[in-house]
Amino acid sequence: MLLQQLLNGLTLGAIYALIALGYTLVYGILEFINFAHGEIYMLGAYFAIIALGLLTQWGLNSWTIAPLLVILFSMAFCAAYGATVERLAYQPLRQAPRLSPLISALGVSIFLQNLVMLTQGARDQVFRKELLFSASFLSGGISLPGGQLSNIQLVIIAVSLLLMIGLTLFIKKTRWGRAMRAVAQDPRMAKLCGIDIDSIIRLTFILGSCLAAAAGVLVALYYGLVNFYIGYVAGLKAFIAAVVGGIGSVPGAMLGGMLLGMAESFGAGYLSCEYKDVYAFVILIAVLLIRPQGIMGERGP
Amino acid sequence: MRGRMGQLAWPLWLGILLWPLAGPIWSAGAAGAALVVTLAHRFFIKPMAGRVSFSAMVLWRLKWPKIFWPILACLLLLLPLVLNRYFLDVAITAGIYIALALGLNIIVGLAGLLVLGYIAFYAAGAYSYALLSTHLQMNFFIALPLGAALAVLLGLALGLPTLRLRGDYLAIVTLGFGEIVRLVLNNWDAVTGGPNGIMHIAKPSLAGLGLGRPLHLYYIVLGLSLLTAFLIHRLNSSRLGRALVAMREDESAARACGVDTVRLKLLAFMLSAAVAGGMGVVFAAKMGFVSPESFTFWESIMVLCMVVLGGMASIPGVILGAVALIVLPEAFRQLHHLRMLIFGASMVAMMIFRPQGLWPSQRRKMEMEEG
Repeated sequence: MLLQQLLNGLTLGAIYALIALGYTLVYGILEFINFAHGEIYMLGAYFAIIALGLLTQWGLNSWTIAPLLVILFSMAFCAAYGATVERLAYQPLRQAPRLSPLISALGVSIFLQNLVMLTQGARDQVFRKELLFSASFLSGGISLPGGQLSNIQLVIIAVSLLLMIGLTLFIKKTRWGRAMRAVAQDPRMAKLCGIDIDSIIRLTFILGSCLAAAAGVLVALYYGLVNFYIGYVAGLKAFIAAVVGGIGSVPGAMLGGMLLGMAESFGAGYLSCEYKDVYAFVILIAVLLIRPQGIMGERGP
Repeated sequence: MRGRMGQLAWPLWLGILLWPLAGPIWSAGAAGAALVVTLAHRFFIKPMAGRVSFSAMVLWRLKWPKIFWPILACLLLLLPLVLNRYFLDVAITAGIYIALALGLNIIVGLAGLLVLGYIAFYAAGAYSYALLSTHLQMNFFIALPLGAALAVLLGLALGLPTLRLRGDYLAIVTLGFGEIVRLVLNNWDAVTGGPNGIMHIAKPSLAGLGLGRPLHLYYIVLGLSLLTAFLIHRLNSSRLGRALVAMREDESAARACGVDTVRLKLLAFMLSAAVAGGMGVVFAAKMGFVSPESFTFWESIMVLCMVVLGGMASIPGVILGAVALIVLPEAFRQLHHLRMLIFGASMVAMMIFRPQGLWPSQRRKMEMEEG
C-alpha cells in the first residue's frame, strides 16, 4: 500500500513537474504568471489523440517508433501554439502594468479552451493506447513487494526524467541556455551584451510548451481520457508546484511537482479522496507563510 | 516573417495551427478568411483609419449634457415596470455584479492588490443567508449585515497572515483560498448539502410583506448597488482613499509618508469582503437555492475582468464593465457556441489596444497625461 502510493505519487508528480517547468521558466524571465500554460498541456493531450488517429489511418501505429512520433507531433504543434500566443497576446504587453498580461493570459486560456471544445466536442475523448502498445506490454509491469510499477508508469517516469535531464543540460551547457540565464538575471544587461531578448523569450515559451505537450501526451497515456477542461486544474496544481519549489528555479519546479504528486497520492490514499484537490492549496498556503521564496529559493533558471 | 511577407504569411500559419484540431476544410476556410481580412486591412481600413479614429475621439470627448443623469435615473426607476421577466432577471444579475465589481474595485483598483479568490466572500454571504434562513427562519434584512459581517471575518482571517506577501504571491494565495472555500462547500455534506447545495431559501420580506417578486428584488438590488457606488465615491476622495492610491502607486513612499500600509490593506480587504458578503445574501435570496458551482474560479475572474475592462478605480467604468459583461453574452445568446471564444479574444484585444479600460478614471487619466 505504502509503496504503491509512492509509485502513483511519483508518476503524477513527474507529470506535474513537467508542466511546472513551463511556469517556472517563463516566470524566471518575465516575472509573469502564464495562466494559459495549462491549456497548452491540454492541447498536448489532444494532439496526442489526433496524431494517433493519423498514424492509425496510415497503418503505422504499431511501428516501434510510433510513440516517439506521437510525442514529437504534439510537441511541434504545442510549441507553435506557445510561440504564437506569446507573439500575439504577451509581446505587445511587455511594458504594460502587471495586471494587463495576466488578464490577457486569462483571455487566451478561455479562447483555447473554447477553440478545443468547438472543434473537438465537449465530450471525453479516448486515447486508445492499445493501438500504440501491445496488450502484453500494457498489462505488464515490475512487481515489487507491496506494490506494482506498471510499464506505463515506468514509461511516464522515464520520459519525464529524460526530458528534465535534457532541459537541465540545455540550460547549463548550450549557448541558448546561457543566454536564457543571462536574460533572467538582468534583461537590460543581457540586451547590452547583444542578446536578442525577444527571441530568447520566444525560445522560453517554446521550451515550456514542449514540456507541457509531453506532459499532455503522458497524461493521455496514463488516464486514457481527455477533456477540454483538464488544463485548468492541472495548470493550477503545476503552478502551485512551481511556487512550492521556488518559482524561477528549475530544480525547484521538479522537486515541487514530485512533492505535490506525493501529497496528493498519499492524501487521497490515507486521508480522504474527496479533498484530493485541497491538499495542493493547503501546501501552497503553508509554504508561502513559512518560506515564501519556496523550497529551493527564488532565482533564475 | 517580417514586413510585407509576414502579413501574408500569418493566414497560412493560422491555417497550419488550426489544421489538426479543426480538419482541412475549416482550417483552410479560416486561413482564407484571415487572408481576406489582412488584405482588407492593408488596402481599405489602414488608409481610412486616421479619419475614423479622429471622429471616434470627438464623440468620446463630447461633454455629456447635464440632462443625461436625470434621464438615466428615471429610466432605472421606471423601466423595470414595463420589462418582462427575462429582462428583469438580466437587470437584477447585472445589478448584483455591479456591486460585486465595485467591491473588488476597492482592493484591485484603489489599493492595487490582485485578488483572485474574491468569489469566496460572495459564497460566504450566500451560504450564511441560506443557512440562517432555512434553519432559523431569519429575515433577509437582518441576514444582510450578518452575511456581510461573516465575509469580513473571513477576509480578516485570510488577510492577517497573507497581506504581508508580495503582489504575485497574494494573487496565488487568494486563488487557493477561493478554491478551498469552494471545495469545502462541495464536500462538507452535513452542513452545506454538498454538490446539491441548499434549497428553499426564503425570499425577502419586510414586516410581513412579501418582497419576493422580481420587481421588488430589482429595487433592492438597485438600492444596494447605488449605495455601494455612493460609498465608494466618498471613499475615493477621502483621506483613506487617497492613502490607498498612494500605496498603490508606491508602497515604500507611502510608508515613508506615515501611511500604515498593512492596516490599510487589511481595511481595504475587509471593505471589499463586506460588499461581496452582502451581495451574496442578495444572490441567495434571488435564486432561492445555492450550490458550490455558482462560486467557481471563473466567477472571480469574471468580476476581475469587469473591473479591468471597465477601467480600474473608475466607478462609471466598473459599472459599464459589469453591465457589458453581463448583458453582451445575453444579447449574443444565438451565438452561444462562439461567444466564449470571442470573449477570450476580446479580453486579449482590450489589454493590447485599450489597457486603461472603457471609461478610465479621471485621476489616472490626469496622471497619465502629466507623466
